[in-house]
Amino acid sequence: MCPEQIIELMHQYLDEEIDSKEEQVLREHLQSCKECEEIFNELKKTVAFVKSISNMQAPPDFTANVLARLPKEKKQVLAARLLRNHPFLSAASLFVVLMMGSLFSTWNQDQEFSVSKQQNLVVKNNTVTVPKGEVVKGDVIVRNGKLKIEGEVQGNVTVIHGEKYLASAGHVTGQIDEVNEVFDWIWYQMKRSAKEVAGFFDQKEAK
Amino acid sequence: MEAIVKKRIKQVIKGDQDAFGEIVEIYKNSVYQLCYRMLGNRQEAEDIAQEAFLRAYVNIKSFNQDLKFSTWLFRIATNLCIDRLRKKKPDYYLDAEVAGTEGLTMYSQIPSETPLPETELESLELQETVQKEILKLPEKYRSAIVLKYIEDLSLNEISEILDLPLGTVKTRIHRGREALRQQLRYV
Repeated sequence: MCPEQIIELMHQYLDEEIDSKEEQVLREHLQSCKECEEIFNELKKTVAFVKSISNMQAPPDFTANVLARLPKEKKQVLAARLLRNHPFLSAASLFVVLMMGSLFSTWNQDQEFSVSKQQNLVVKNNTVTVPKGEVVKGDVIVRNGKLKIEGEVQGNVTVIHGEKYLASAGHVTGQIDEVNEVFDWIWYQMKRSAKEVAGFFDQKEAK
Repeated sequence: MEAIVKKRIKQVIKGDQDAFGEIVEIYKNSVYQLCYRMLGNRQEAEDIAQEAFLRAYVNIKSFNQDLKFSTWLFRIATNLCIDRLRKKKPDYYLDAEVAGTEGLTMYSQIPSETPLPETELESLELQETVQKEILKLPEKYRSAIVLKYIEDLSLNEISEILDLPLGTVKTRIHRGREALRQQLRYV
């Protein structure tokens, strides 16, 4: 009977934990002992057999099934993914944020009095007057000041950051707008740019 | 690869399930195969493998990110397999008398272990034979052998997965190998 130690060396060999001295001992013994050589070959064959079956694949819908069983995702992450997967949406939302920001800052900066230029408007101490009996043609825009309408305005009237008085005799053919809040301001800007764009196309068509 | 997995884990912790999907894709075959070799049944293997990923997801915050993710995942899967094996202890015993017979036990129902004919060396049948022999191993040898030769892991990793000293892992692999040798020597 062969020493138990030889079997132990075989296992060390298979675990790749044998040093060269021990391997020498093992090899010499195997050459002289048919029985041990057979056991050693059988062990190596067994390992090869077991290794040979190791290439299984999970069923095709495995990942989907796992994901379907997960608890619900947080909303925050869903929103983040929506933006990541739809770059246009994130570009658009970024644009809106920046536009709001710039409008907001112009709203706060714009503290100076200004008025649209029409010849017969009377300007005195931040108060613009449409004198009695006069007819002002075109749109009247007043920023950071008061507007008194005693005559007639043939066009739209817009008062930003200010007040307007419409005398009983006064008359405005177009719309009257008062802009005093940020949101009004933004809405006003949007309407104006839309009108400009529309006007641009109208001009083109007219040509 | 370990770096990608680490990145995905951070995303999963933030709640990103798509990132977890990628982790499942990376490990699904090895986890499924581990379960199949341990349990020997495809349906059960799929159930347990899914359960392992589900537990990994739910407990991802308790995973120590300095360690290898696969070690942690394999530990979850191995433990689930062993639990399952213990729950479904055979409800029949080989030495119980077969009903309606006199003195005949289930041992007589087992085909004799004569060497298999040459034709059965075909690869598919060989695979089945090997799988059958692995399933005959006691579960403690089976897990060590499967992790070593099917999953191709180092002895150190196996000792971490099974939470056993290295020496114990070696002994189990030696015994498992010896048992398989006896069964497969004539194949």
